[in-house]
Amino acid sequence: MVQSVKTRFDASFAALSDATRRGVLEQLGRADASITDLAEKFHMTLTGMKKHVGVLEQAGLVTTEKVGRVRTCKLGLHRLEEETAWIERYRQLWDARFEELDKVVEELKRKEKVHGRKKRK
Amino acid sequence: MDARRESEPTPMKNRTTVERKSERELVVTRTFNGPARIVFEAWTKPELIKRWWVPKSMDMSLLSCEMDVRVGGKYRFVFGHDASKPMAFFGRYIEVTPYSRLVWTNEESDDGAVTTVTFEEQDGKTLLAMHELYPSKEALDAAGTGAADATVETFAQLDELLVTLGASVGR
Repeated sequence: MVQSVKTRFDASFAALSDATRRGVLEQLGRADASITDLAEKFHMTLTGMKKHVGVLEQAGLVTTEKVGRVRTCKLGLHRLEEETAWIERYRQLWDARFEELDKVVEELKRKEKVHGRKKRK
Repeated sequence: MDARRESEPTPMKNRTTVERKSERELVVTRTFNGPARIVFEAWTKPELIKRWWVPKSMDMSLLSCEMDVRVGGKYRFVFGHDASKPMAFFGRYIEVTPYSRLVWTNEESDDGAVTTVTFEEQDGKTLLAMHELYPSKEALDAAGTGAADATVETFAQLDELLVTLGASVGR
């Protein structure tokens, strides 16, 4: 699935805007459940619940796995956190590099002021 | 905020952003308080790149660094925690446009990215964008994890420091 973190967040917020879907997340926070279980619990048709779970799945908030004829749903938050942490650590690496690069740039600027000005226009 | 320190002005720190544009692409952006020709120079001269590519926090050193910054020219960086287990990072420059654009390949494995760095000057500042395109999603995932691992030790040290300082790690 091609999604940047930002798009993923947008999808998450959209997914969370619905009360039933928030209820489903709360429910899955207590225990994994099949789509049938969830449909019963929320007094919905199987098709209706499938749609909600689909939205949550799209946002990376829920993962589902089909074993035999039963599709089990579980919280997928972990993956979202993992991806965010991964990006953040990558950012930290470049941020540390760029902080050093700032110093190099400052030094070159100073040198240029002292020596180079005559050569350039 | 202590705004007045005439002798040693503290330049405002610019923010580094990282965005995963697609499953194979990563973009890092940052503004530098200097003209493009200076920032470009810092990316293309070995004696300068040596000073920032491996920050102290990485707990690694750059053992050697050769760069022939011309179209088709090769580069080779050798890193290591110590000299006994060196890691080489090499490839070729495929585009070199002074002060505005650099493109290089990374060839130490089939999973290497093609990196494009652009330098855009505005009012004496330079907006730098580094775009990495990996051959597959798996390659990007692996590269990210590798880079992340390089900083894990830093976090471990920070954790230790926080404990020493008596900060409660409330988890």
